[in-house]
Amino acid sequence: MTDSSGVEGLLRTLAPQVLGAVARRSGNFGDAEDAVQEALVAAASSWPRDGTPDAPLAWLVRVASRRMVDQHRSADARRRREELAASWSLADLDPLPARDDTLVLMFMCCHPALTPASAIPLTLRAVGGLSTREIAAAFLVPESTMAQRISRAKAKLKASGARFALPSPDERAERLRSVLHVLYLLFNEGYATSDGPDLARNDLSSEAIRLTRDVHAVLADDPEVAGLLALMLLTDARRPARTRVDGELIPLAEQDRSLWDRALIAEGVALITAALKQGRLGEYQAQAAVAAVHDQAARYADTNWKEIVALYTVLERMTANPMVTLNRAVAVAMVDGPEAGLVLLAGLEERLGDHHRLHSVRAHLLARAGERGRAVEEFRTAAARTTNVRERNYLTAEAARLIAERR
Amino acid sequence: MRFMLLQNYGEVESHCAPMTEWDPADINAHIEFQHTLNKELIDSGELVDAQGLAGPDVAKFVVWSGTGTPVVTDGPYPESKELLAGYRLVDVESLERAIEIAAKASAAPGPGGAPILQPIEVRQVMSAPDPEV
Repeated sequence: MTDSSGVEGLLRTLAPQVLGAVARRSGNFGDAEDAVQEALVAAASSWPRDGTPDAPLAWLVRVASRRMVDQHRSADARRRREELAASWSLADLDPLPARDDTLVLMFMCCHPALTPASAIPLTLRAVGGLSTREIAAAFLVPESTMAQRISRAKAKLKASGARFALPSPDERAERLRSVLHVLYLLFNEGYATSDGPDLARNDLSSEAIRLTRDVHAVLADDPEVAGLLALMLLTDARRPARTRVDGELIPLAEQDRSLWDRALIAEGVALITAALKQGRLGEYQAQAAVAAVHDQAARYADTNWKEIVALYTVLERMTANPMVTLNRAVAVAMVDGPEAGLVLLAGLEERLGDHHRLHSVRAHLLARAGERGRAVEEFRTAAARTTNVRERNYLTAEAARLIAERR
Repeated sequence: MRFMLLQNYGEVESHCAPMTEWDPADINAHIEFQHTLNKELIDSGELVDAQGLAGPDVAKFVVWSGTGTPVVTDGPYPESKELLAGYRLVDVESLERAIEIAAKASAAPGPGGAPILQPIEVRQVMSAPDPEV
C-alpha cells in the first residue's frame, strides 16, 4: 500500500511525461494540459485508496485521453472527435522520450509571449505536476484567481501560435534564456521570505531546484544551466542559517555557518567548477561562483573578497546592471575600505534612482567609516523605501543599534 | 464573520518615539510580539491574512478620468499619517472576539516594554469572496 506522499511524488514525476504524450498526440497543448490535470486529480484520490496501478503512466495517459475526448463530445465536434479517437487507436503507448518532453514543456510554459507572472504558475502545473490549489496557496491568492491566471496563460500561448515542439536551433539559445529566467524568478519567489505562511513559499524554491535539475539532466553540457542549478544549491545551502526562529533575517556576516548544508555546497561547487572549465562564462555561472566563494569561507572574515571583486567586475561588463555595481561596491569596500566603496556608489544615483538597496549599502559603508549620524539617516531612508517586511525590520533595528551605540 | 483590523501611520496614543529611536531589544520584542500574535491566530484558525504595507514614501495616488494619461501623485504626502500601515484580516465567531484581538494588537510593546496604545480600526467585511470557490 502506497502512502499518499509517495503517490504525490510519483504523480509529480509522471506529470510532464503524461502531458508530453497527450499533447504530442493531440497537438493541442491547452486542452491536453486541462485533461492531464483532471487525470492527476483523479489519481490523487483513487490511488491511495485502491492502490497504484501496475502501469501508472499508461493509466494516466488513458484517463487524460478519455477526458480530452469527453471535452469534444458535442454534435458539431463529432468529426474532430472521431479523428482524435482514430489517431489514438492507431498508436499504442510507445516508449516515451520523457526527458525531451520535459524540455519541450519547459520551452512551452516559459514562452516569451508570457510574462513571468503567468509563466511561473503554468510551469509549476504543467511540468511540476502541482495542483492549482497548491500553486494558489504558495502565491497566497484564491484558487479561482490562480485557475484563471493559468487558463489565460494558455489562451495567450494558443494565440501566439506556439507549437508543441522543440524550438528551432537558431532560436533555441534565446528561448533557453527565458526558461532559465523563469526558474530563477521562481527560486527567488520562494527564497525571499515574506510574511504569512512562509513554509508554502519555501516549497517554491525546492520546486525551482527540482525543475532546474530536470532541465540540467537533459542539457548537461550547457554551462549556464549548470551555473543556475549551482547558484540555487549554493544559495539554498545557507537557508537554515538565514533566518532567526521568529523568521527575521540574519545577514551573511552574522550567520552560523555550521548550519549551512555541506552536501548542497559540495554539489554546487562541483557543478560550478565543471561548468567554468568549459570556458563559456555567463551570468548565472558568475553569480554561482560568487556564492561558491562565500560558501567556502569557514568564517566571514576568511571570505576571499578579491576574488569576489574580480567576479563582479566580469559580471558588470556582461550585464551593465547597476545592482551588480552595487554588489561590487560592497566587495571593494571589504578589500580597500569603506571610502573606496562609497566612491563607487556616487555614480549610481542616476542609474538606480532612490532604490532602498542603494541607501542600505551606503548606510552600512558609512557606519563602517565611522559616520554614524549619516548612516542612521540612510538606514531610515532605506527602511522607509523597502517593500520587504523582514528587511524593513532589519534596517530599523540597525538604525536603532547605531543610535544606542552613540549614547 | 470577517473583520479587517487596520492600523495607520498616525501617532500612537502612548506618544512614544519613532521605532528607529527605540532600544534594539525593544524593537525585537515588538516584532516578536507581532509574530506571536499572528501565530496564535493561525493556531486558532482565525487568521485569513496579515500584511504590512510598504511605507508612505513609496505610495502613489492615482486618479483617472477615463481618457488621456492618469494623474499619478508620488510621496511624500502631508497627510501620510492617515495612510494604512498594515492590516489583519480575521474570520471570527463574533464582533466581541474581533475586538478582543484588536485590543491585544493595540497593546503591542514599545520602549521599555510599555504598551504603545496603537489605535486599531475594526471594520466588518461585508462580503468577502470565498477563497475555496
